[in-house]
Amino acid sequence: MKKLLTGDEALALGAIDAGVSYASAYPGTPSTEILETLATMPDAIYAEWAVNEKVALESAIGASYAGVRSLASMKHVGLNVAADPFFTNAYTGINGGLVIINADEPGMHSSQNEQDNRYYAYHANVPMFEPANSQECYDMMLTAYELSETYDVPVLIRVTTRVCHSKSIVEPREAREKSFSPFEKNPNKYVTVPAVSRNLKHNLIQRNEKLITYSNASAYNFAVHNSKQLGIVASSICYEYAQEVFGESASYYKTGFSYPMPIEKIKEFAASVEKLIVLEENEPIMETQIKAAGINVTGKEIFPLEGELLPDAIRKAYFGEKLPSPKYPTDGIVPRPPSLCAGCPHRGLFTVLGKRKKLFLSGDIGCYTLGYSPPFNGMDAVTCMGASISSAHGAQKVFDEHPETGMRAVAIIGDSTFFHSGMTGLLNIAYNKSKVITIVLDNRITGMTGHQDNPGTGYNAQGESAPVADIAKIAHAIGIEHVRTINPNILDEVSSALDWAIALDEPSVIITRWPCVLKSLTSDDLNEFANVVSEPCSVDIESCNGCKLCLAVGCPSLSFDADTKKSKILDGCVGCTVCMQVCPTSSIVKGRE
Amino acid sequence: MAAKNILIVGVGGQGTILIGKLLSSGFMQAGYDVKMSEIHGMSQRGGSVFTMVRYGDKVCCPVIEEGSADLLVAFERLEAMRSLSYLKPEGTALVNDLRIDPAGVLSQQLDYPSNIVEAISHAVSAIIVPATQMAKDLGNERVMNVILLGIIVKHMGLEAIDWNEIIAQNVRASFVDIDIAALNLGLSYIAE
Repeated sequence: MKKLLTGDEALALGAIDAGVSYASAYPGTPSTEILETLATMPDAIYAEWAVNEKVALESAIGASYAGVRSLASMKHVGLNVAADPFFTNAYTGINGGLVIINADEPGMHSSQNEQDNRYYAYHANVPMFEPANSQECYDMMLTAYELSETYDVPVLIRVTTRVCHSKSIVEPREAREKSFSPFEKNPNKYVTVPAVSRNLKHNLIQRNEKLITYSNASAYNFAVHNSKQLGIVASSICYEYAQEVFGESASYYKTGFSYPMPIEKIKEFAASVEKLIVLEENEPIMETQIKAAGINVTGKEIFPLEGELLPDAIRKAYFGEKLPSPKYPTDGIVPRPPSLCAGCPHRGLFTVLGKRKKLFLSGDIGCYTLGYSPPFNGMDAVTCMGASISSAHGAQKVFDEHPETGMRAVAIIGDSTFFHSGMTGLLNIAYNKSKVITIVLDNRITGMTGHQDNPGTGYNAQGESAPVADIAKIAHAIGIEHVRTINPNILDEVSSALDWAIALDEPSVIITRWPCVLKSLTSDDLNEFANVVSEPCSVDIESCNGCKLCLAVGCPSLSFDADTKKSKILDGCVGCTVCMQVCPTSSIVKGRE
Repeated sequence: MAAKNILIVGVGGQGTILIGKLLSSGFMQAGYDVKMSEIHGMSQRGGSVFTMVRYGDKVCCPVIEEGSADLLVAFERLEAMRSLSYLKPEGTALVNDLRIDPAGVLSQQLDYPSNIVEAISHAVSAIIVPATQMAKDLGNERVMNVILLGIIVKHMGLEAIDWNEIIAQNVRASFVDIDIAALNLGLSYIAE
């Protein structure tokens, strides 16, 4: 039966129908929904949230060695975290089939960079599929597992945000039975000491030769002959974009299995057209291969190296113009950036933190990264998951060497990010003795990616109860003596905790513990967080003097009425009272007027 | 039938994705090829959001180019203005007459443009609807999106599809009755 599925849902269905037994992932836009979908089918597959992508892939490798088809999925920067096992697993190969789904983010809709992870396939000699739509997501999962087991190799499926989050029609095929091939001791395959790895490297090179033959024969690499005047080589969703712009006025070569490249087939195709262009998002990877094969092709000379290569971008680059559209005045269209929600527990922290001087605010990846922006200005640097703590450590060592700066390093990290890769940085702080102040924003859930459970929430991917990792106890065990847990909605509590930590000459941890305002509260949450659901605030317009100080808490439910010159509470207020606490005239009160 | 393009825009949390989902489910059941694209993630946090729905005998790709939407559906005025260039010059803008101030306006750093409805009506064929007020009158502000769905169905001539059934299949049971009432309100909004 036909289904309308996102790419992520189709990849998940593909995993089920390929007979995958074990799946592990760490949430990351746009890949999150793959494991989320699998977690809803506990009868069909064992699926779990790992604490990070390295753990996810290593676990999937273990499951493969132990004899079943396994899956690890992650966003593009997640593969950086998982790069270590990725490269060496390409040497050892697999027992049960192993697929790694990697979701790139051309356009950086929800990411810190735009790295093109097709390079990982080249770098690690791992074969790669690039589905263009949901049907291909489904089909390629099935083929990828066959390829993995035939050639004894992990397989990369590289998707992009548009493929993951777009819906199109999928016709599923017959599901395959799960298989099990028990582990057999074989140190010359699985134990990567140098003497073994030298042989494995040799095998890997030979395997790649076979994969080139496979690529040239793959049905996912095909030509569509229309006009002889223009030929287009395209991978992934760029193939669909190309059809949108050029229709039947061009011929196409679509590379669905794109590493190793089907270069012999592309040579044949190039010979059949007068002019050849290559359409690929971000890096000139296919272009470089095609040019190295001595084929004349136009690529990044005219097409952009950045952002999504949407039909608009292709049209503008190739034809020099966009489609006609309505004429209207565009000045005055003010931006609408994302902002912290009304009632977000991060607001109280950043309201205090951003005003402090002489702090180096080392930030991390999550909703709280929005604390960098006005009116908070509460973050000075963000690199990657976990970097807040380690970078604060390096900075603190330099501040200690230069006391004339008077600077102190503060790390700001979320609960899930702390479990992901913050714990190791904190251990490094304790071990190497820097007086970093680490603030763990514990909102009781993985917020940014849409509320996945993590080791701190007490639930697993299926919503079954799980042991709760206690951040304060972890900090103590790591060697941090000074740990405080506070309610971030109470500004005095935030302020005094900061004063306390700054006065210490040793490392400290402040845990701001309050649930995300969007979280579906558990019974434990309701017991612990009294008044978490409370009545909204309102403004007493008699006493409000229009000073606008409350606007500095950056709340989307707080406005200023230009006519009355008074502040105004809008719908959506949940009564967190942060604005109430900054009002100098006590004009904001609990309850509706 | 050549592909038809509907672009739905709004502010994160307004329910653009649900309308995209209902439309594309309806198109699939009617036998069309259908593709839908949305971007979510960080933009959920009160930012601008876009959902693109395309249907026809054959749809190449899930995204709508600037200058190619047949219908722009905006859940908020400023977002209509922001995405107007996606319309064909002869396309129609369906705009919920609602103002939601972005952060820069709330904090008094920027001004919300004052003449949006006039500018849009001047540039293209426009249907301006007080859908949020209509939804409030119906009993739940959140069904504003389904009122707009009713108007989309009417405007695009899609009454042959069983939208009541599509709603029943895709929304929570407690919302089915009010959503169907909202759909009917939308269907009867523009005159024959």
